[in-house]
Amino acid sequence: MSDSKIITNAPAPEGFSGEGFFATKLSDVVGMARANSLWPLPFATSCCGIEFMATMASHYDVARFGSERMSFSPRQADMLLVMGTIAKKMAPILRQVYEQMAEPRWVISVGACACSGGIFDTYSVLQGIDKIIPVDVYVPGCPPRPEQILDGIMRLQDLVRTESVRRRSSHEYTELLASYNIK
Amino acid sequence: MSDLLLPPELRYAAIIEKRKNEDGSELSILNLGPTHPATHGIFQNILLMDGERIIDGEGTVGYIHRAFEKIAENRPFYQITPLTDRMNYCSSPINNMGWWMTLEKALGIEVPKRAQYLRVIVMELARISDHIICNSVLGVDTGALTGFLYVFQYREKIYEIYEEICGARLTTNMGRIGGFEREWSPLAFEKLNILLEEFPPIWREFENLLARNRIFMDRTINVGPISAERAISYGFTGPNLRAAGVDYDIRVMQPYSSYEDFDFEIPVGKSGDTYDRFCVRNEEVWQSLSIIKQALAKLPEGAYHADVPDYYLPPKDEVYHNMEALIYHFKIVMGEVPVPVTEVYHPVEGGNGELGFYLVTDGSRTAYRLHFRRPCFIYYQAFNEMVRGQMLSDAIATLSSLNVIAGELDA
Amino acid sequence: MALDNSTIHQTLADQFATAVSDFQQIHDILTFEIDSNAISEVMLFLRDDKVMRFNFLTTLCGMHFPDAAEERQFAVVYHMHNWIDNVRIRIKCFLPASNPEIDTVSDLFASANWQERETYDFFGIIFKGHPQLKRILNMDEMVSFPMRKEFPLEDGGRTDKDDRFFGRTIDNC
Repeated sequence: MSDSKIITNAPAPEGFSGEGFFATKLSDVVGMARANSLWPLPFATSCCGIEFMATMASHYDVARFGSERMSFSPRQADMLLVMGTIAKKMAPILRQVYEQMAEPRWVISVGACACSGGIFDTYSVLQGIDKIIPVDVYVPGCPPRPEQILDGIMRLQDLVRTESVRRRSSHEYTELLASYNIK
Repeated sequence: MSDLLLPPELRYAAIIEKRKNEDGSELSILNLGPTHPATHGIFQNILLMDGERIIDGEGTVGYIHRAFEKIAENRPFYQITPLTDRMNYCSSPINNMGWWMTLEKALGIEVPKRAQYLRVIVMELARISDHIICNSVLGVDTGALTGFLYVFQYREKIYEIYEEICGARLTTNMGRIGGFEREWSPLAFEKLNILLEEFPPIWREFENLLARNRIFMDRTINVGPISAERAISYGFTGPNLRAAGVDYDIRVMQPYSSYEDFDFEIPVGKSGDTYDRFCVRNEEVWQSLSIIKQALAKLPEGAYHADVPDYYLPPKDEVYHNMEALIYHFKIVMGEVPVPVTEVYHPVEGGNGELGFYLVTDGSRTAYRLHFRRPCFIYYQAFNEMVRGQMLSDAIATLSSLNVIAGELDA
Repeated sequence: MALDNSTIHQTLADQFATAVSDFQQIHDILTFEIDSNAISEVMLFLRDDKVMRFNFLTTLCGMHFPDAAEERQFAVVYHMHNWIDNVRIRIKCFLPASNPEIDTVSDLFASANWQERETYDFFGIIFKGHPQLKRILNMDEMVSFPMRKEFPLEDGGRTDKDDRFFGRTIDNC
């Protein structure tokens, strides 16, 4: 038998436990559940998509972070992973996919091209997806190593775990969406 | 004629209005949109369907147009290599080496034998990694996920070899004008030898999973066929053309970088359907493994780069300690080196076919015009002809077997 | 008999007299010019003749020379390849800036279809007789032709990058 001390359970949130019950805050439980079951929508356009395929494969295995099922349908996805260059021709489609996602939704922008246009400072490339949709985590790199993509997903997990359950109906969030003209 | 200038959905809507089937059903339009799990990369196809059968289709590309040819007119030669990486990003060393060979032809530089053999090794590794993706994802698209997971582990091993050589995994930006930037470390050769031992049984296992599998054969035989004449007219090259029966391979037609020293066969199919493309790529992986073994066995000693200080960027620590290296580094970066006014076309055998570089120089440090002959862009035109009359799921399998890489399609 | 440069030169000169000109060997490819109104028949001859046998159109691209004379400002460059004798040639057709039109070769080679659309998209060269000459890589609504030398590389309307930090001034970009 191995003497490994690998943690296989997510740490329990702060709370008060007793005989057969555990009392904690709703937002902690909801946050824990959401953070450990983020289903990605892989919006892979170019080279970063191949690094994502490597992340998805068995060596780096994103499934152990809860992203077991790649949802290609926006309605069933939690996080939108935009990987690769977004050209101006593609921008309306990205926007449409983001709008079709159901709340709560998060966006990770993977790779230099998605974060800021990358090395393609040209007339046909959108200089960063945050021009059209709000982004939660930026993962730089060209392309980022799978470890960096996993780090981005872990940072997103931290965000998700500590998010308030009232955030999506709050005034700041509505203003954020309005600044992008998203209804 | 002006009808074809309309967007396809309007054209097909007009056809649907006019035609009705005997049983009262109508034709329909399906948008196999840019974001689709089965299209590897973003290109759109609008299909006119009769139930499950495709009557007609039209493709739209350009969703990842990054204006490479325009960028290349504004960048010095060393800065164009990262662009070439990002064309066919599944086998970027081939693109890099093709670009270096184009420049060497234009500048009249002779590359030493050792560097040529090392280039052959890295290009064949890239070809293996490209075919691994294509064939395993063809399996995924027909429902067989297992093969993908098995062989992707070996793509990681190939990436580790690239890391030993140049430091990057995917977009390698490998090499210099005249050779490589550093001698390959002993660890690179060790990893290469381990790969050559461990990979063949795994590839044999992958072949056994799919090649004589009843379900896979039913899904891929007679799916998306193309005849040799149509393929040549459409400009097919590479494994797609060889599957149609024509043995055209630039490595044999116009050998570059010492390919004439190696003994390898060109696998050829018969009917140009999806199954033939799968089998041709499988067999090419075996031939690539054999070429790598021969190159390692015959690897000559010598310099890993040509002695052209005017064009070859000196190693960085020499730049800090040696006056000549500093001066050459400055001249190369600032573009004070002699560049002839000429034009050159150099093709290499990429993972998808003849990848050509047409370079027109005007004596300055940037190219005047650089045109990439991108095989994916040229053969993707034939897709709609190949799937006319087939079912939708056959179209997905055909698309997957053509190995269309969006970066190369749009550039 | 191997198909060498002098044979190609002689055969074309005999067949087409003044429509072909300026034969040069640049590195390893024979390069020559054709009048833009003769391209269709010359290419048909090159493809179907029993000696020429150039069965493959390798690539087709456009070029822009803003500093050249007015009738030589645009060019369409074709590379053809004879697979049987393994010979490549490069054909250039120069077009005037005021009216850059040339016949299509998409009826001879199906691969020219998208390549001519790409050349139209980038340079604005009209291919007469092309079945579907519309933009392919850029957005359909675009009005200018981006690969022409006067069109800038960067998007003029971008707000997140300061040109001063990239060394770009009004004069050099």
